[in-house]
Amino acid sequence: MITTTSRPDFLHSEVTPKAHYLNRRRFLGGLAAAGLAFPSLAGTKFTGVVKSPLSTAEKPTSYDAVTKYNNFYEFGTGKDQPAETAQNFQTSPWTVVIEGEVAKPRILDLDAILKIAPLEERIYRHRCVEGWSMVVPWIGFPLSALIKLAAPSASAKYVAFQSYYDIRQMPQARYGGIPFPYVEGLRLDEAMNPLTLLAVGLYGETLPNQNGAPLRLVVPWKYGFKGIKSIVKIRFTAKQPPTSWSMANAREYGFYSNVNPRVDHPRWSQAKERRMGEFFKRDTLLFNGYADQVAALYSGMDLRKDY
Amino acid sequence: MAPRLLSSRWAKVLVFALSLVPLLVLGWRGLRQDLGANPVEFITRSTGDWTLRFLLLTLAISPLRKQAGLAALIRFRRMLGLFSFFYGSLHLLTYVWFDKFFDLGDILKDVATRRFITIGLFGFLAMLPLAVTSTSGWIRRLGGRRWKLLHRLVYACVAAGVVHYYWLVKSDVRFPLVYASIAGVLLATRRYTESRGLVSGHGPVAPAVVSATTELIT
Repeated sequence: MITTTSRPDFLHSEVTPKAHYLNRRRFLGGLAAAGLAFPSLAGTKFTGVVKSPLSTAEKPTSYDAVTKYNNFYEFGTGKDQPAETAQNFQTSPWTVVIEGEVAKPRILDLDAILKIAPLEERIYRHRCVEGWSMVVPWIGFPLSALIKLAAPSASAKYVAFQSYYDIRQMPQARYGGIPFPYVEGLRLDEAMNPLTLLAVGLYGETLPNQNGAPLRLVVPWKYGFKGIKSIVKIRFTAKQPPTSWSMANAREYGFYSNVNPRVDHPRWSQAKERRMGEFFKRDTLLFNGYADQVAALYSGMDLRKDY
Repeated sequence: MAPRLLSSRWAKVLVFALSLVPLLVLGWRGLRQDLGANPVEFITRSTGDWTLRFLLLTLAISPLRKQAGLAALIRFRRMLGLFSFFYGSLHLLTYVWFDKFFDLGDILKDVATRRFITIGLFGFLAMLPLAVTSTSGWIRRLGGRRWKLLHRLVYACVAAGVVHYYWLVKSDVRFPLVYASIAGVLLATRRYTESRGLVSGHGPVAPAVVSATTELIT
């Protein structure tokens, strides 16, 4: 009999106080200096975060699974690799370039980004194209708030995103097999949907590096790879921008990549998914269960063709 | 020295015990809930890896005994081959049970439409007659010539296993290519010795094979 990992989720109040882990950090720093490896450390806690009504009531996946089972190919293709190889990733200082078809192009640093809108906790289902899923308590704000700030012009129809890329900080990336820097994109109306989130944290804290620190996209009705990590550039365009996985293999990964149990990946079925921490598979829901909020975006489209 | 050790009766017991280590490690990690966030994926990967590794070890026996002059190695070939079949069975069972929960319709659909599954299943089915006819009784019944011919199927198993792995991965094909190159070296060595009329002695390829296979099992 196989037992699955399902450790109890902890409450935010149970998270180790910052002073304690800073002590731990100093202690571990000594270990690191002595040449010993140490696990990735929790980030800074956010205060005054509002709970969003858009959250699911489902039980969040354990912090352990959320932060140790990651696809972040710049830091290696193994799921357990990014948690280790991204530990020393430098995320400060961090700036994001906003450019393209906008009235107000600008360069924002992270402090400015954190002030764009009140931070919310949004507990979302997360479905990977590989057939597994999680429930993640993200911290962030709607992407629409940033878009309004940038004031896209009438010709802007799409939003293109680009990840940070530096082979010196990401030596594993040479084996990724996909082009870097990682790029992603959304149609402007998808980007403006209230569900689309710019996440800066999870489980009440700043994002761990392996989860896309310091700023990532979360589009809960699409497969996880649309949620581009460690964003450095947001560009508004008139034409549909290229996306990394589609460039690597257009037949298997489309621009839209909406979660759809009826449209199989060429190499595996998308009808079911394994929720991390659960033994039996569950049925995958159309638009990952967010059809009420997003189905209208695709009315009249053939989801088989525009996969 | 080495030949003496190899022909010791304890050597077989030792190889048998060592061959069970991957399974014991899986079991131990399972009990400790240490199979990562996706235990089923972990088990599938591990049993699949060991199927291929044991297949390659089995294939390494002949070139090694001919090139390195370790004739006694032949004693272990059947056991290694059967362990490959054993881990292959666990691999298939993991898929049929924990991934498909015995949904036959779903499985048949996979086999019909997903080429990595089609070829994986082919590789496993090709191992079946080899496992069945691995006994001395069957060698006698078939006769050495026919038995040898039948057991050439093992090349198809290795090829199927490597392609199965290659077609499965999303983009990082390093590991499938490592397996493919080791299989290539082993097959090339075999052709080389066959074309030279099964000469014995220390060939140039053997050390490479040894280091490649030890790399695999560490």
